[in-house]
Amino acid sequence: MTSTESVAVNPAFDVAAVRRDFPILSTTMHGKPLVFLDSAASAQKPRQVIDAVRDVYEREYANVHRGLYAISEAVTARYEGTRETIRAYINAAHAHEIVFTRNATESINLVAYTFGRHFLSEGDEVLISGLEHHSNIVPWQMLRDEKGIVLKVVPVSDDGELMVSAFDEMLGERTKLVAMAHMSNVLGTVLPVAEITRKAHAAGAKVLLDGCQAVTHIPVDMQALGCDFYVFSGHKLYGPSGIGVLYGREELLDAMPPFMGGGDMISSVTFEKSTWARLPHKFEAGTPAIAQAIGLGAAIDYVNSVGLSAIGVHEADLLNYATQQLASVEGLRIIGTAPDKASVVSFVLNYAHPHDIATIIDRAGVAVRAGHHCAKPLMDRMDVPATVRASIGMYNMRADIDALVGALGEVQELFG
Amino acid sequence: MSDELRELYQEVILDHGKHPRNFHACDDATNEARGNNPLCGDQLVIYLTLGADGKIVDASFLGKGCAISMASASMMTELLKGRTPAQAQAMFDAFHGMCTGDENAPELQEDLEKLRVLSGVRDFPTRVKCATLPWHTMVAALEGEAEISTE
Repeated sequence: MTSTESVAVNPAFDVAAVRRDFPILSTTMHGKPLVFLDSAASAQKPRQVIDAVRDVYEREYANVHRGLYAISEAVTARYEGTRETIRAYINAAHAHEIVFTRNATESINLVAYTFGRHFLSEGDEVLISGLEHHSNIVPWQMLRDEKGIVLKVVPVSDDGELMVSAFDEMLGERTKLVAMAHMSNVLGTVLPVAEITRKAHAAGAKVLLDGCQAVTHIPVDMQALGCDFYVFSGHKLYGPSGIGVLYGREELLDAMPPFMGGGDMISSVTFEKSTWARLPHKFEAGTPAIAQAIGLGAAIDYVNSVGLSAIGVHEADLLNYATQQLASVEGLRIIGTAPDKASVVSFVLNYAHPHDIATIIDRAGVAVRAGHHCAKPLMDRMDVPATVRASIGMYNMRADIDALVGALGEVQELFG
Repeated sequence: MSDELRELYQEVILDHGKHPRNFHACDDATNEARGNNPLCGDQLVIYLTLGADGKIVDASFLGKGCAISMASASMMTELLKGRTPAQAQAMFDAFHGMCTGDENAPELQEDLEKLRVLSGVRDFPTRVKCATLPWHTMVAALEGEAEISTE
């Protein structure tokens, strides 16, 4: 293993021990040891998460909030306990400010459909950034087409940084919502979200942050950030897919109408009229993703046990190493060179298309993402049709970067 | 490097990928369609010019994509000239069948044998659409559709 230097900078972190917790990392792909560098798309799961999900189904599965019997009460307690785990993880003021959704996309749509439809009207402005994922673009376009709001895009620089001076100029009295990524899924840029939030609030706008990428690498603190909404998916945080989170400040969630109607979100129902349940259940119609939510709780427990700050130091070391090693590959250009970056490195080769690169290195056992990463407007801005993206999780090590660079040699052999 | 990779990226494909033939717009085109692969963002435009006798007298393309899609479009435009729309459709059926491994599809005719270098995509399911996007777009152009997209 080539993690000697990593150990030196981060004695609290034992990557070999972490790797032993992720069963998939001891498998092979095309007969080669799996080198997984696609955690920004979806992270692998530690045994602790897999066991938690299996344990729910094997020992105490029932519907939540309904059964008047022991296993339903037990699973309800575990499900609701996860809400508290998430509250603590992001330092929200109350557990009922944590709403379970399917994923971050649904969380953003929930805000667009309820807060957006209810509180925004024609001519009101929503500011997003030029590096957003489609999930933080399309819901606002749909709202624009329905309500006549104005969608404005704060540009990014050639390095992939948010242009804060442009943001300052675009922020105005018509701005009602600023919706931005905490961290770019394509470039790795970490946005100055505390500053954005402070300025947006000073202008009277609310703030939604897409924390899908950030929440796995950077400590996030709702009290310190002060944002109004924060969204993320469980599956990028080493938890199951099918579970996501919307954090919303209590007074806003209280003022917002429900998203979907159905069971579990009501207080009373007659054919004439229904009344809504209290938070957070008002926003959780129907039977939720029970085992997945509990699995997410186990994932956060796992991240906490390893230590998010130790993970961050390890990943920062790997990102530096990857940046250095990739820079030495002939004809390679890194896309996204902001000073404040985390865990993602996107690049292009001047002699091969990202898809061809991904296909070739796949056969060497290296899993990366190639394409537009659900951020086509950003691709246009950076003037590339697609990129190769290597993204780093807590279980990656320098040997993974070496395998990537080695496999790029095969691309050069064919195309160079 | 694996044999499958060498099979996929044969010299002919690399050559067409790097130096695509008929790679230009055509102002006189009678039929034109844009093809999108929303999954990967690849885009291309196929330009066809149909003569008075109904045959394709010129075919060209523009676009951005991987070596497979560029080579496929390049070779397709070379082979389309002089054919009727019905013959072009038959070419599509045979080529599509070869890429997807469909045993019921017609065999490639002798004069289309050179397309067989693209048959390696059968071993790469995620890359089949790269090879077939130009062909779907060509059929759309013949049918008068302005835009198609593969998923």
